[in-house]
Amino acid sequence: MLPILHALQEEFGYVDDEAIPLIADALNLSKAEVVGVVHFYHDYRHEVPGRHILKVCRAEACQSMGCESLVGHLTSKLATAMGETTADGAFSLDTVYCLGNCALSPAVMLDGRLYGKVTNDRIDALLERVEAHP
Amino acid sequence: MTTKIYVPCDSAAVSVGADEVAYALRAEANRRGLDILIVRNGSRGALWLEPLVEVETERGRVAYGNVEAAAVPGLLDSGLLDGAGENLGLADEIPYIKDQERLTFARVGITDPVSLDDYLAHGGFEGLKRALTMQPAEIVEEVTNSGLRGRGGAGFPTGIKWRTVLNEPEQQKYIVCNADEGDSGTFADRMLMEGDPFTLIEGMTIAGLAVGATMGYVYVRSEYPDAFMTLNRAIEIARETGYLGASVSGSGKAFDMEARLGAGAYICGEETALLESLEGKRGVIRYKPPLPAIKGLFGQPTVVNNVISLATVPIVLAKGAEHYANFGMGRSKGTMPFQLAGNIKQGGLVEKAFGLTLREAIYDIGGGTATERPLRAVQVGGPLGAYFPEALLDTPLDYEAMAAQRGLLGHGGIVVFDDTVDMARQARFAMEFCAAESCGKCTPCRIGSTRGVEVIDKIIEDRDRVKNVELLEELCETMTDASLCLLGGLTPYPVLSAMGHFPEDFDKPAPPELEDVEENLKFSPRTLNR
Repeated sequence: MLPILHALQEEFGYVDDEAIPLIADALNLSKAEVVGVVHFYHDYRHEVPGRHILKVCRAEACQSMGCESLVGHLTSKLATAMGETTADGAFSLDTVYCLGNCALSPAVMLDGRLYGKVTNDRIDALLERVEAHP
Repeated sequence: MTTKIYVPCDSAAVSVGADEVAYALRAEANRRGLDILIVRNGSRGALWLEPLVEVETERGRVAYGNVEAAAVPGLLDSGLLDGAGENLGLADEIPYIKDQERLTFARVGITDPVSLDDYLAHGGFEGLKRALTMQPAEIVEEVTNSGLRGRGGAGFPTGIKWRTVLNEPEQQKYIVCNADEGDSGTFADRMLMEGDPFTLIEGMTIAGLAVGATMGYVYVRSEYPDAFMTLNRAIEIARETGYLGASVSGSGKAFDMEARLGAGAYICGEETALLESLEGKRGVIRYKPPLPAIKGLFGQPTVVNNVISLATVPIVLAKGAEHYANFGMGRSKGTMPFQLAGNIKQGGLVEKAFGLTLREAIYDIGGGTATERPLRAVQVGGPLGAYFPEALLDTPLDYEAMAAQRGLLGHGGIVVFDDTVDMARQARFAMEFCAAESCGKCTPCRIGSTRGVEVIDKIIEDRDRVKNVELLEELCETMTDASLCLLGGLTPYPVLSAMGHFPEDFDKPAPPELEDVEENLKFSPRTLNR
C-alpha cells in the first residue's frame, strides 16, 4: 500500500480522504485498515501543503549545533508553528528526526533537496530564492 | 587530453554545494574550451572537507577541499587541471582518509557509483564469483567464520542468522535489507547506497545464494531520496547485465531484488515493524518468537540484515573470512564505519577496525568540537544510546566494551555536544522522541514515554524533585524490563546515563519561565498527531 500512497502524495501533495475507499476497494481491505496505515506514517499529509515544504531536522546531532535556534528563527520569520503552513500558503514547516547529514549539522530539506551547515542567513537566502523561482 | 575531475554526488556533499561546483566547472571549462570529464563519485567520508574536488594527475588524485562554485574560475587560473594551486595534496595521503581501514567502504569515494565498469575494475563481483563456486552451507560457514555481526546495532552474528534460514525446509525465502537508518548521527547506510550500491546488490545476491532465497527487498527510509534513486539505477543496471534475474551471472540460480521506500517512521528500523511495513501495513512490531528467520516476510523464512552487514559480505567472500577476522578486537571482528557527527570539527565517516577509543575517534580523528568549546557529552549509538562524559572517553569502540559501560555501539554514530548542552533537556528529548515514534503496541513504551516527559518536566521545574527522580528511575526500569522491543527498552539508556553522569543538570534552580523555543520543543505537532 505504501507505494500507492506515495504516488498519490507525489501527484496531489497529500492523501485525500476521498482516496481511501478507492484504495480499500483495490486492495480488498477495509477502509479502517487503509486509514490506519495512512495515519501511522509521519510522511503522509492529510491536507494540501504549502507551495514549498521545509523539513527541519531536530534530532540530537542537529541539536548539538543549534537547530532549536534555527527553529526559533524560522517560526518567528514565517509567523507559523512547526507542523503548520504559512498563512500565504508558501511554506509548510515540518519537524523531522534525522536527514542523515549529521556531520554537517544543522540540516534541512527544502522541496526534497538536502542542505547542510544551515545558518539563519543561509536559510533566509534559500527561502527567498525558492519563492522567487517557484 | 581529457582531464578527469571528481566532484562527489553524495547528498552530504551536495548539501554544501557540490552540484553548483560541478555546474561551474562544466560552464567554465566550456567557456575556456578545456577538455574535462566530470565524474560524480561518492564521498571519501571526509565530510568536513566537502565539496572535496579531486583532479586526476600523473601523481595521483589531487584534492581541493571546501571548494565553492564562485572559486572555480580562480582555481582554473591557478592550474587546477594540472593539480596545481592551493590544494590538500593527494587525496589518498590526507591523514583522515589514509588512516582508515576501508573494507566495506573500499570503493566509496573512489568510483562512479553507477558505473559497472568502475565497480568491476575495483574488485567488484569477486565475492559473488567465488560464492557461485560454493555450496550454500559453505558460504554460510565463511560468513560465520569472519565474525561479522549485525551492523544495524544489535550485533547478532550474521552467519548464525543465515544458518537458521538455510536450515528451514525448501520454500520461498527472502532477503530483506534494512536501510531505515533512523538514528541521529548515522549516515553510513546512506553513503554506501549513494556511493557504491553494487556492493549491496552483490551482498544481497550472495545472501540469497547462501540461504536459498530468490527475492530481496531493500527498505529505504523516505528521508533518503538520493540513495533510493541511486540504488534503483544500480539494480536496473545489474538486471540488464545479468547480475540479477533468473540466472545470476549465467549460473542458473535466480535472484532478483527491489527497493521500497519507507514513509517516515523510526520504528520501521525494528526488523518486525519493517516487515509489517513492507507488507503494506502499519509499522507495528510483531511478537518474537517466531523469529523472522523462521517466519518473516509474508510468513516465510527471511534474512533481515542491515545495509552495512550485507555490503560487507562481498569482501568477506572475496578475501576470505580470515582476512576480515584479522581486523578488530575480542568478539568484535572486522571494521566498523564510525560516523563522527554533531558538534565536531572534522565530521564524517571513518571506517576503522573495532577497538579505537572514543577519545581517539573524537580528538585524534575528529579534531574536537566544532565550536571549540569544551566537550561535555557524547552520545554513541543513536537516540537510544547512552551519553558518555569526558571521563569515559577512553572506552574502546567495540560491542562488549560499550555494553560494559551501559552503553551501546549501535550503528556506529558518535554525536558530540559541547558544554552548552543541558543534559536534563537531552533526557527529556529521549522520552519525547520515544513518544513520537512508539508504534503503540506495548504500554511501557506508548504510555511510559509520555509519562517520562511529564516527570522530567517536573524535575526540571523543581517540583517534588527527589520523589520524581525516584519515580523516573522506576519508570525506566519498567520500560527496560517490560517493553516489547528495543525502542521502549533502550530509551532509558540516554535518560539514565544523563542522570547518572550529569546529575548537576537535574539539580539546577527551576527556569523562570519556559522560553518560546522550549514551548516549541515541549510537544511538537508530530507528537500531538499521534
